[in-house]
Amino acid sequence: MSNRLEVLKTYKIYIGGQFPRTESGRTYVACSPKGDQLANMCLSSRKDFRDAVGSARGAFGGWSGRAAFNRGQILYRIAEMLEGRKVQFVDELIKQGATKANADNEINQSIDRLIYYSGWCDKYQQIFSSVNPVASSHFNFSVVEPMGVVAAIAPQEFSLIGLVSLIAPIIAGGNTCVLLASEKKPLCAVTFAEVLNSSDLPGGVVNILTGKVSELLPFFADNMDLNATCFCESDEVAKKLIKEKASLNVKRVIIYDSKKWISDESQSPYFINDFQEVKTTWHPIENIGGPKAGY
Amino acid sequence: MAQAKKNTIKLKFDTARNLAPALESKSVAKIADRYELFINGKFEKPSSKKYFDTINPANEEKLSSIAEANNADVNKAVVAARNAYEKGWKKTSPKERAKYIFRIARIIQEKARELSVIETLDGGKPIRESRDFDVPTAANHFFYYAGWADKLDYAFPNKKPTSLGVAGQIIPWNFPLLMAAWKIAPALATGNTVVLKPAETTSLTALKLAEIIQEADLPPGVVNIITGAGSTGAALVNHPDVNKIAFTGSTDVGKIIQKAIAGTNKKATLELGGKAANIIFDDAPLDQAVEGIINGIFFNQGHVCCAGSRLFVQESVYKIVLQKLKDRMESLILGDPMDKNTDIGAINSKQQLDVINKYLKIGQQEGAEIFQSACVIPKKGFYCRPTIFTNVAQSNRIAQEEIFGPVLAIQTFRTEDEVIEKANNTPFGLSAGVWTDKGSKIFNMTSKLKAGVIWANTYNKFDPTSPFGGYKESGFGREGGLHGLSAYLKM
Repeated sequence: MSNRLEVLKTYKIYIGGQFPRTESGRTYVACSPKGDQLANMCLSSRKDFRDAVGSARGAFGGWSGRAAFNRGQILYRIAEMLEGRKVQFVDELIKQGATKANADNEINQSIDRLIYYSGWCDKYQQIFSSVNPVASSHFNFSVVEPMGVVAAIAPQEFSLIGLVSLIAPIIAGGNTCVLLASEKKPLCAVTFAEVLNSSDLPGGVVNILTGKVSELLPFFADNMDLNATCFCESDEVAKKLIKEKASLNVKRVIIYDSKKWISDESQSPYFINDFQEVKTTWHPIENIGGPKAGY
Repeated sequence: MAQAKKNTIKLKFDTARNLAPALESKSVAKIADRYELFINGKFEKPSSKKYFDTINPANEEKLSSIAEANNADVNKAVVAARNAYEKGWKKTSPKERAKYIFRIARIIQEKARELSVIETLDGGKPIRESRDFDVPTAANHFFYYAGWADKLDYAFPNKKPTSLGVAGQIIPWNFPLLMAAWKIAPALATGNTVVLKPAETTSLTALKLAEIIQEADLPPGVVNIITGAGSTGAALVNHPDVNKIAFTGSTDVGKIIQKAIAGTNKKATLELGGKAANIIFDDAPLDQAVEGIINGIFFNQGHVCCAGSRLFVQESVYKIVLQKLKDRMESLILGDPMDKNTDIGAINSKQQLDVINKYLKIGQQEGAEIFQSACVIPKKGFYCRPTIFTNVAQSNRIAQEEIFGPVLAIQTFRTEDEVIEKANNTPFGLSAGVWTDKGSKIFNMTSKLKAGVIWANTYNKFDPTSPFGGYKESGFGREGGLHGLSAYLKM
């Protein structure tokens, strides 16, 4: 029995590669299922969200311009860093109500999922791109490109694997993003931000906020600098609100309302493709020698 | 620059202006006095009891009366589509489905001449374009997607894709038959049934397509074609038993549709407006580039969502490009769309002509300089001279808003970075054009321009195998190619 007083962590938000507190100065209390206080979390504001979108936009050119191979290495590095901090995540997951076995499973799955998407970074393009056999004398091909800045509200349950299962395909595909952590189980999200911050991931590629879904949800849909928004609950009112506000600038809306995040079914290159645009390019082919030329 | 100076010979197009008329015959076109709604395989009178006129925009003469579908009619069509889906089409084997679609493609080819003539009479586009582009491309689109019907598992590995159900499709007036093909062909190939609404000024070729569908013995209700204006379209969008909305049209209406279906599980594809940048570098083959500019903005009177309506010319060749462009504009033949020599036909409607004229005023009020070719405008019908604006600022409305007419806004640039920034500075992102002889420059440009279709050293090319669709406010989803299938599949 030691007399040493434990040092508690201050849970902050993650914007542009920094860990500020919310500009609003507001907090809310994250509790265990039994009602014990776990931490004071930042109650992020609309302004925090705007700052995060700004950071994500600023980081987009650099991140989407990275070599796919390099993105793969960085995702792998995130997995390595996560592996090293397993104990901390298991501890937090248990505090948030998981059994030891479930917590172990969730962290292991999260690490493996990052490895899985790390491998996809330089492969999905060949799955989803095409050379198109047009009838005229043109070379015509379609490639996938990242949509841009994606805002996503992470699943409320499975606060770690859910978050990872969104972030990994979004950034593997060259997008940057702003995530809102699970409201009731926000601890792992912030700790995961610390992992990201020590993984060679450029600041601003992933931004993580904590706060109230009901307060921030409209901004995740109506911000005019977002290209896409993603929602993971089956709440019909919220889905309608998001889709309505998304129409302001014809945002893409991606709804994952019935995914079993812990399962391997919830990983595939199609998740990457959900956040890609298709670009088709045409160029004439000179026809020297004509169709009868023998070469 | 020295090279550019040498290249100043004025191309002589003068003789082309004295061509004798070469009128296509109207006799192949069988147009009834009145058209009903095509529901459940039959032509049915509208319960609205209302009809509206469709006219030839080239001479303002009435061509036919078209039934106006009200809510009850829309419901009837959706019910027919639902029954056809549940009772038969859903279970029809993919390879049989394919054969029906192949049949439609073949009959369109057989009736190509009649369809071309009707397309031109009803819509005002030059017969040359209907004949050489719209109709053959429509047939090809059916032929292409027919072949996909029994191969879908290869398109989306590990996904086991299935059909959605009833697709509600709303199409514009700029490529009436072709847009119907773009919508119907992939929907049928993927096992869905269809309710299609053509634009109110151009219903005729869609109704001719209904006759072709009858002739092809497609089971009743698999394709229903209902005519009417915006309220008919709204009824279709809001019908609770529609699983998918596919819309091609303006960004304003696209946003309304996206909002309207927010509270539903309807899947949507939106192919909306554009304000494409067509970029000419000083090392481009300038004569070819000028042809590309002309084709980019004056094809189909500029009624093209992907029209190259913003021209960016590198400063060092600006003067010569502008001169060549003006010379070439003077050689364009504007007039009777039925004349095989005609380059620029009629504006699709009085309403659209008013919109274009409004922008011509706005452009001049904003301080831009207008130039129009000197061609003679026919006394009757709706026409607009090929128009360019110079001295245009990035913030001008004619550089920001879609005009959907033969009106080009010209700006200049010095560096690649500058033109990329200017070209991307728009809420739209449908298409773009790049003209340069340098390959590495092409790939730099094409990878940085935020647009769904990029033409390098060419413009306005389309093919059934080639995915088409926009970034940003130009919509989402793709039409054409393998990518066009996913819009109609549950995965």
